[in-house]
Amino acid sequence: MTIRAIRVIPCLDVDEGRVVKGVNFVDIRDAGDPVELAARYDEQGADELVFLDIAASSGERNTTVEMARAVAEQVFIPFTIGGGIRTVDDARKLLMAGADKVSINTAAVKRPELIREISREFGAQCCVVAIDARSSPDTASGFEVFTHGGRTRTGVDTVEWAKEVVRLGAGEILLTSMNRDGTKDGFDIPLTSAISEAINVSVIASGGVGTLDHLVEGVTDGGADAVLAASIFHFGEHTVAEAKEAMQDAGVTVRPSGR
Amino acid sequence: MNQPRLAILDYGIGNLHSALKGFDHAGADVRLTAEAADIEAADGVVLPGVGAFGPCIDALRNRGLDEVALERVASGIPFFGICIGMQLLFGGSEEAGGHTGLGVFDRRIVRIPDGVKRPQMQWNVLEYIDAGHRMFTGLGDDAWMYFVHSYSAEPGDDVLATCAYGGDLVAAVARDNVWACQFHPEKSGRNGIRILENFVAAAKAA
Repeated sequence: MTIRAIRVIPCLDVDEGRVVKGVNFVDIRDAGDPVELAARYDEQGADELVFLDIAASSGERNTTVEMARAVAEQVFIPFTIGGGIRTVDDARKLLMAGADKVSINTAAVKRPELIREISREFGAQCCVVAIDARSSPDTASGFEVFTHGGRTRTGVDTVEWAKEVVRLGAGEILLTSMNRDGTKDGFDIPLTSAISEAINVSVIASGGVGTLDHLVEGVTDGGADAVLAASIFHFGEHTVAEAKEAMQDAGVTVRPSGR
Repeated sequence: MNQPRLAILDYGIGNLHSALKGFDHAGADVRLTAEAADIEAADGVVLPGVGAFGPCIDALRNRGLDEVALERVASGIPFFGICIGMQLLFGGSEEAGGHTGLGVFDRRIVRIPDGVKRPQMQWNVLEYIDAGHRMFTGLGDDAWMYFVHSYSAEPGDDVLATCAYGGDLVAAVARDNVWACQFHPEKSGRNGIRILENFVAAAKAA
């Protein structure tokens, strides 16, 4: 009656249109070429890709638009670009260049109407709101929204914010645990399940993946609709195909690699 | 070696370039155009679309492309509606207060039932009703496609395939020269490109 296929999403950091922080496939020519890396993940069975633009200044962002165009010409799976999107016009440039979705974070917290504007203009399906959350006893759910890459407290309750962004038109939530990000200790399951249960749009779990079991737990225990990871894929520890096999072995439905 | 010419109807909305790149990759001489002469000269016409039904049908009508599209459908040349472009070919949609469509297919576009997340934003596997249709040439039994939609077509006897999401949702329909699919073949990897190639082949043969 319903197939719920969990998406596996490698995440790539980009700066000035190049993938940074290293992606070490043994046999590629150029570890910074977003097209080459995207094609490789596509071959492995990645369901989508997320590119996070870490560029500090907006002057560098035109190269990100060029990157979106280059990826869209060669790679025929959906991809999202996030980082530094502040206006409808920022979103338009990326979408017109070929990105399927844009992800907004700090700018949405500063001015929530931006979510409504992007959703109205381009549809909820391309409006991803990224939420960075950290444990905090000062909020009702125990999770507080942070901005600026996890450095700035907002005092906002993460569950309440998730409900609000959906009300404003977010089509998907990219949920990152700042407690777990970079730790390889696994997703923050209480956070992931609190958000998954609170809203009716898809939730991408992010932050902390160190093993394939962690990916499975994000779904079976956290209720996520998609799982995002960076380092376990980038350094050849695991392929996306292996991640999907682990999911299938655990009884989680995925699009099999190569299909 | 001569490539069939495809016209993608450019009604100024959303990202139509993905469809352009996809058909280019699939071997067509493809252009994004709102010029009636270009569209009439093409061997096949594509009506893409993303976002919401209302703004899309309004934009199509404001440019007079609704009549051009209907004329091309009637001419018998291969015509392909994708995602919202498929929905526009129906009689109307209940999205956002209701809108009238082009009426090539006489049913309505209705909201995906409650009980599942909306939009359906995932890959889903085609359940063939007419596996022998040319849209599916070269695809196996396990053809996964990328779906992003909150509304879907009412069922009918022109349905080629469905997908399971809160029930059997219409994934693809066809009648005579008109093909349409709810999923995004241009974003569905190798299988999706195969569908675009199948349409290019139909345009070439026409």
